[in-house]
Amino acid sequence: MGNMKKFFILSLLIFIIPLKSFSLIEVDITRGNLNPLPLAVSPLSIDDNSRKNFKRILDKENIGIAISLIVENNLKTTGLFNPLNKDAFLQAPDIANLKPRFEDWNLIKAQALITGKVDYVDEKLRVEFRLWDVLAAKEMMALAFTTVPNNWRRVGHIISDKVYERLTGEKGYFDTRIIYVAEEGPKTKRIKKLAIMDQDGANNKFLTLGNELVLTPRFNPTSQMVTYLSYFRNLPRVYLLDIETGMQEVVGDFPGMTFAPRFSPDGKKIIMSFAKDGNSDIYTMDLENRIVEKITNHPSIDTSPSYSPDGKFICFNSDRSGYQQIYVMNSDGSKVKRISFGNGIYGTPVWSPRGDLIAFTKLHKGKFYIGVMRTDGSGERLLTENFYQEAPSWSPNGRVLIFYRETKTDADGKGFSAKLWSIDLTGYNERKIKTPTDGSDPSWSSLLSN
Amino acid sequence: MKLNKILKNSLLVVLACLALTACATKKVSQPGQMQGDVYTGTDTVEYLASGVPDRVFFATNESVLTTASRETLRKQAAWLRKNSDITVVLEGHADERGTREYNLALGERRANAAKDYLMTYGISSDRISVLSYGKERPVDSGSNPLAWSKNRRAVTVKAN
Repeated sequence: MGNMKKFFILSLLIFIIPLKSFSLIEVDITRGNLNPLPLAVSPLSIDDNSRKNFKRILDKENIGIAISLIVENNLKTTGLFNPLNKDAFLQAPDIANLKPRFEDWNLIKAQALITGKVDYVDEKLRVEFRLWDVLAAKEMMALAFTTVPNNWRRVGHIISDKVYERLTGEKGYFDTRIIYVAEEGPKTKRIKKLAIMDQDGANNKFLTLGNELVLTPRFNPTSQMVTYLSYFRNLPRVYLLDIETGMQEVVGDFPGMTFAPRFSPDGKKIIMSFAKDGNSDIYTMDLENRIVEKITNHPSIDTSPSYSPDGKFICFNSDRSGYQQIYVMNSDGSKVKRISFGNGIYGTPVWSPRGDLIAFTKLHKGKFYIGVMRTDGSGERLLTENFYQEAPSWSPNGRVLIFYRETKTDADGKGFSAKLWSIDLTGYNERKIKTPTDGSDPSWSSLLSN
Repeated sequence: MKLNKILKNSLLVVLACLALTACATKKVSQPGQMQGDVYTGTDTVEYLASGVPDRVFFATNESVLTTASRETLRKQAAWLRKNSDITVVLEGHADERGTREYNLALGERRANAAKDYLMTYGISSDRISVLSYGKERPVDSGSNPLAWSKNRRAVTVKAN
């Protein structure tokens, strides 16, 4: 995978640079978008020979159509775009990719058009695609890249990222993965496994067998390692897992429970809580020299630490005021300052990758909320209210939050479920994410093809 | 006597149904099961030995031992003193109405509150280990105040 990724990046070559640095189409992603941009994703054209080869290798009837469907689905789930029904398309994919008849696309009210072509070249998959501004009758972007055929889904995600970036001015989040806890069984005896999947739910894979309880997995900045809590041998400890090799190791040598782990933004340290004699404090461990540092020293519960993206600050929750509230401190533990002052209790603060916001869980009058506030605690905004939900994790571009939600059981304890959900920072576009089993504790990776 | 009880029960049910239109779905916490929001019933309690309950219960967000909890722990301490070869694990738990990570810490704090009390009654810390499950292992899967009160607990489990 590591080698493959390197290859992928090297072979991603841009052969035409857009002529103009501004576009006529602009999609504003800072507000809830009630009029998603109508756009047409033409199936990628493919010649007969290539089609047969990919059918043999990937068992897909038409890989050009399959890739365009991934793009369409990605763009649709953002809530910013409205991919039009392919039945209405008048122009054949191959001709459209050469030169669209803009008046035809205009007729079906498409404002943007994506066309492309897939070829089988030296046992590899070569893709080119173009983004067109239909109203201005201009090409906005053209890219080509080559990869191994098995990467075909990622090709769809990378096209989506490029289109999203060109139309919104912000990086996309489609060529990413989600690590989460897959759950099954009765509420009193839940079986939990680490699972990983593509951002769109494809390629779901279980990473542990469910023999021991596992919780709160989080990616490192390169998304190749995961830190999580495992109850292996009934000793709850923070572990490190290399996704590629499957190698696991316990983090540090603590005489008690370690939990709530996260990586530092440079990936060199793990920050976590260590509980001893009824008191939980925050510690870091350097993964190279194994040096452990105690960051907080207070008789209250200090947990759920998360670094700012520049590594200079840490936000965490503590009940030192009597109830769980959010605090920010310098990364050496100095200058602890409470930032949450609204009604209710606040937990699970997570610093946004853009640095300007902290996402959190709030409990107030028996309801749970996912919300965001500025890093000084001002500008609190609640995005969603439910019976139970917590543990937001940011998309790498800081525009979407993924979290989990649990349902209320009836008087007999029936009807329990845990599901992954996502919501835009705007508070719009709330979506349930399909997983093969129940799911919780999601963590979003960085962009894999960055 | 028995008939009387049945009559009384069915009367209660009828009254409850009259009072609450949604009586099928509403399970009102039984009187005598909770004091404040601390569980005082015995539904979930198991016994380490005759007359020695295995668990104590807590108020929401609290790790303070109630009078009843201290009485239970004194019984456990007496039993442990009599059976000096036994070691135990104190398992601390929280209800589902809190964030996962905070609940892990809270479970640990509750288990240690019970452990500390056993130690003040002469039980060596060598014989007691602590394990927090947070909200991961509820005994009652209901989403109601009574179920939550049963789940906020520290349970003494024989380890050998």
